Amino acid sequence: MQNIIAFFIRNRNFFFFLALLSLSLVFTFQSHSYHRSKFINSANWLTGGVYESVNNISSYFDLKEQNQKLVEENLRLRNLILNQGENTVDSLIKDSTNNLLNYRIKSATVIKNSYNKTKNYILINKGKKDGIKQDLGVITTNGIVGIIDNTSSGHSTVQSVLNSLSEINAQLKNTSHFGTLEWDTKKRNIVQLTDIPDLANPQVGDTIITGGMSTIFPKNIPIGTIMDFKFDDSENYYIINVKLFNDMTSLEHVYIIENMNTDEIKQLENLTNEQ
Amino acid sequence: MNSDIILNIVRFILLVLAQVLVFNHIDFLGFINPYIYILFILLYPIKKENRAQFLFLAFLIGFFVDLFSDTGGVNAAASVCIAYIRPVVLKFAFGNIYEYQIIKISNTPIGQRVVYLIIMILIHHLILFGLEIFSFSNILSILKNTLFSSVFTVFLCLLIIPLLRKAKS
Repeated sequence: MQNIIAFFIRNRNFFFFLALLSLSLVFTFQSHSYHRSKFINSANWLTGGVYESVNNISSYFDLKEQNQKLVEENLRLRNLILNQGENTVDSLIKDSTNNLLNYRIKSATVIKNSYNKTKNYILINKGKKDGIKQDLGVITTNGIVGIIDNTSSGHSTVQSVLNSLSEINAQLKNTSHFGTLEWDTKKRNIVQLTDIPDLANPQVGDTIITGGMSTIFPKNIPIGTIMDFKFDDSENYYIINVKLFNDMTSLEHVYIIENMNTDEIKQLENLTNEQ
Repeated sequence: MNSDIILNIVRFILLVLAQVLVFNHIDFLGFINPYIYILFILLYPIKKENRAQFLFLAFLIGFFVDLFSDTGGVNAAASVCIAYIRPVVLKFAFGNIYEYQIIKISNTPIGQRVVYLIIMILIHHLILFGLEIFSFSNILSILKNTLFSSVFTVFLCLLIIPLLRKAKS
């Protein structure tokens, strides 16, 4: 017994090293699986606070460009209001007149953007106290950005579409064949749409939009256009390279979409699964 | 002794902030970022008795960088590893002088210093990108990232080391 204790004391540095290494490996592998990176994320008061105060300064530098983007969006929305009746299909809020909101939209500002890793997360300045929850969709005027991952009281992290873990339901606008949107970590403006069946017949330049299969994003949110595609003979599926509408390297104002019917749909699905 | 502790605390905070606010956003050629926070580990005073404390501080600095950059624990793991193997690398790079425990990295000959930096930084980056990308099919991208980022980091470290030297009183 004494020998064992002496052995541990002699090699205490090695065991301390092993303990620290395994602790960091636990953190690493937790972050490799979806929605498990509870401990290590930048949505806490310390990192959120630091990034927020730095962003207060740096956001002045592209104020002009961001204002231009907002003006363009206002222009588009004004057009939509003035021409209402002809173009109601495009609007996100379908039943805004009769008090039955399907989607609630909140705005937020990006305070830390990341696009050079294989698993990219974006930090935004809204959190639990603003009603942000896990699994809400995040978009900009141009298209989708990602899905809310972790929230603290004042900040949230967004799992970007440029994240090898992200899987978003998407479809071809023309033919409504749907598949899964993934990222092969190669280029920061190109994502991959997989599992499109062989009957779909995609064309270069076709628009890709979100599908209505999940409760995270509403249908018809733009994603990008088809750049090229190849047919996977062994799987009988198309793999399509999609060029994103959004410039993921310059994000400032984003919108968070909350589907008001999520609970109802989840309950219904559970009910069906039980039967 | 006391001023050494304060110096290391200041260095710790400055390097973490510089890493997450400046050097994580350089994106040279689109993907190359230097990881200069490991200077803290490279330059930590060489004493044998406080090995555990050194390992813990290395873990802590990696952990803070991870916290800021949403990378799980990859920086912490890589930092702890190079902190643990540092005595071996020191002995390899500087030979017998290391045995006397009197060397300061900023006073060593440039050749030996470069060997020390290259070995430490290559190992750190290999573990870092290996854990971050974590797939055998992307092994080329792991090696490419490791090589290019290492060159960048070594270059910056050689530039920064003279700046961090304590002013002689």
